[in-house]
Amino acid sequence: MLSHWIVAPIILPSLMAPLIVLAARYDMTLQRILSLGATVALVGISILLTVAAAGGTVEVYELGSWPAPFGIVMVLDRLSALMLLMTSLLALAVLVYVVGTDWDRRGAHFHALYQFQLMGLTGAMLTGDLFNLFVFFEILLIASYGLMVHGGGKLRMQAGVQYVIYNLAGSTLFVFALATLYGVTGTLNMADMAIRAQSLPEADMALLRTGAAMLLVVFAVKGALLPLHFWLPNTYVHAPAPVAALFAIMTKVGAYAIIRVYTLVFGPDAAVTGSMPGDWIMPVAVITMVVGMIGVLAGGNLARVVAFAAIGSMGTMFIAVAAFTPESTLAALYYMVHSTFAAAVLFLIVDMVQSRRGTCGLQVLPPIAQTGLIASLFFAGAIAMAGMPPLSGFLGKLLVLDSVREQGGVAWIWGAILIASLIAIVGLARAGSQIFWKAHADETTDPDGTMAAIPAQPVALPVAAVLGLLALIVAMTVAAGPVTDYMQATAGQLYDSSAYIGAVMGH
Amino acid sequence: MEFVVASSVGLLTAAGVYLMLRMRTFPVVIGLALLAYAVNVFLFASGRLTLNQPPVQIYEGPWSDPLPQALALTAIVIAFGMTALTVILALASYLTSGTDALDMENASPEVDQTTDTPTKTGEGA
Repeated sequence: MLSHWIVAPIILPSLMAPLIVLAARYDMTLQRILSLGATVALVGISILLTVAAAGGTVEVYELGSWPAPFGIVMVLDRLSALMLLMTSLLALAVLVYVVGTDWDRRGAHFHALYQFQLMGLTGAMLTGDLFNLFVFFEILLIASYGLMVHGGGKLRMQAGVQYVIYNLAGSTLFVFALATLYGVTGTLNMADMAIRAQSLPEADMALLRTGAAMLLVVFAVKGALLPLHFWLPNTYVHAPAPVAALFAIMTKVGAYAIIRVYTLVFGPDAAVTGSMPGDWIMPVAVITMVVGMIGVLAGGNLARVVAFAAIGSMGTMFIAVAAFTPESTLAALYYMVHSTFAAAVLFLIVDMVQSRRGTCGLQVLPPIAQTGLIASLFFAGAIAMAGMPPLSGFLGKLLVLDSVREQGGVAWIWGAILIASLIAIVGLARAGSQIFWKAHADETTDPDGTMAAIPAQPVALPVAAVLGLLALIVAMTVAAGPVTDYMQATAGQLYDSSAYIGAVMGH
Repeated sequence: MEFVVASSVGLLTAAGVYLMLRMRTFPVVIGLALLAYAVNVFLFASGRLTLNQPPVQIYEGPWSDPLPQALALTAIVIAFGMTALTVILALASYLTSGTDALDMENASPEVDQTTDTPTKTGEGA
């Protein structure tokens, strides 16, 4: 019975999106009801699947009952379930914010695109087939192109074109990598490829390694690893801020794909790649983190500050990913969930500030409406993002630091993480004091009277959405024990891939 | 035949990459299209190059591999749709900004204030 629920997180949004376009096109209330209802249902299904996956069995759903490797399989293990739960909770909070601030009225088809985006995300997290992963990547990207330019405007369109072209180039490389892998192994099913990669003749090894390296580059583009991160800052700054909050999950899809493929197919003990993935990711992860956090300090407006904080947090996470041990993967997963929620909180606050000030530049302007409330939310979000106690960012960074203890060059890594954290704290504190604190010192400066012309903004639903995300961060801190237990089991399952392969291949 | 296919993939890729680096929307769109052609041929060739062989195993072997053909079809559809989308987006960007340059160097770092300041709500949908 459970097996059919595995495909539900993909089916539900994929049915809801056309329904919204076809049946509720002219009725915003109905669109909102359908979209919110579907997302709440998605949260429910994700919780159900997480509970099911927590037992440790790998559940497989064969589409059309075609056995693997001939048909496409959806696979539910602890990692997929965790990613699903994170995605659906984030999606619900962002959607509540969007409904509360009327963002969905500023362009056509927001809710339909949103559901298609969720379909792509859940599909990418559940699929057990590499070509199918490419297809779901395309679905989530196509939906994101629409969401990115939602509302229109000159800068947003320009940034949208950059984003689309960058990702199309990435997708092209993805297909090159897949064709190479298929040409060598004769399969695209991840479990089957893991088996065949082990018994490959020596002559084919170099070609397979090339394919694996190309795939790594593709996922690094999605994960915004330096020097492939150039799509991210302009996209996140110019996208509608709630959409940027949802996009906090996009980089994590790249991270998920790296964790999945380079533990299952090209694991640490695979002869073909050996320690190649880790050796490549580790230095660029450190540089990504440092550059991201310097960007936090240098960003000229709040949106750019938060975008670079997101890049920096990806770097921190990839340091833990690159170590490729169960302990470090546990740290990476914990930090990934935490930084997704923290980045989303900050992007939603960027939108609150932007809509009340008319700009999110860091110049001094009079206090915004509800300044105390929004300043407190920003303070909490910034503490989470910078990784200071008492929130889960601190625990996450501690786990990351602890897990790379055995790595070569640990002194450099620790130093970089600690210094980057300090820079991030300074950068976020500077942005916060410019916007919230100095405003009180200079009550009279409103040079062209733009702020006086801005009407009162809704408070209840947007604040509820941000508080919901902050509550999740607090819950991750308070319940750190059970959460890390689950993630430890997840990491254990990832590095013992025989159960996954056995479940998919049916032996 | 291998030489012809391999060199055409190489040539298309080189031309595509060159055009993508031109930093103007029209050459970049053409470059993306060429890259898509290159990748489709490459994908097709990953099932080995065979002539006049049936793709179905009910006949006597040797067979041609049907899977890359299906994959290439999927990739063609996606690439076609994406090219159309890029053309529309590039056109919209050109019409709103008055330039077809991809670079945003001269753009103000601020978020676009004309659209993001909600002076009135309830429009659109």
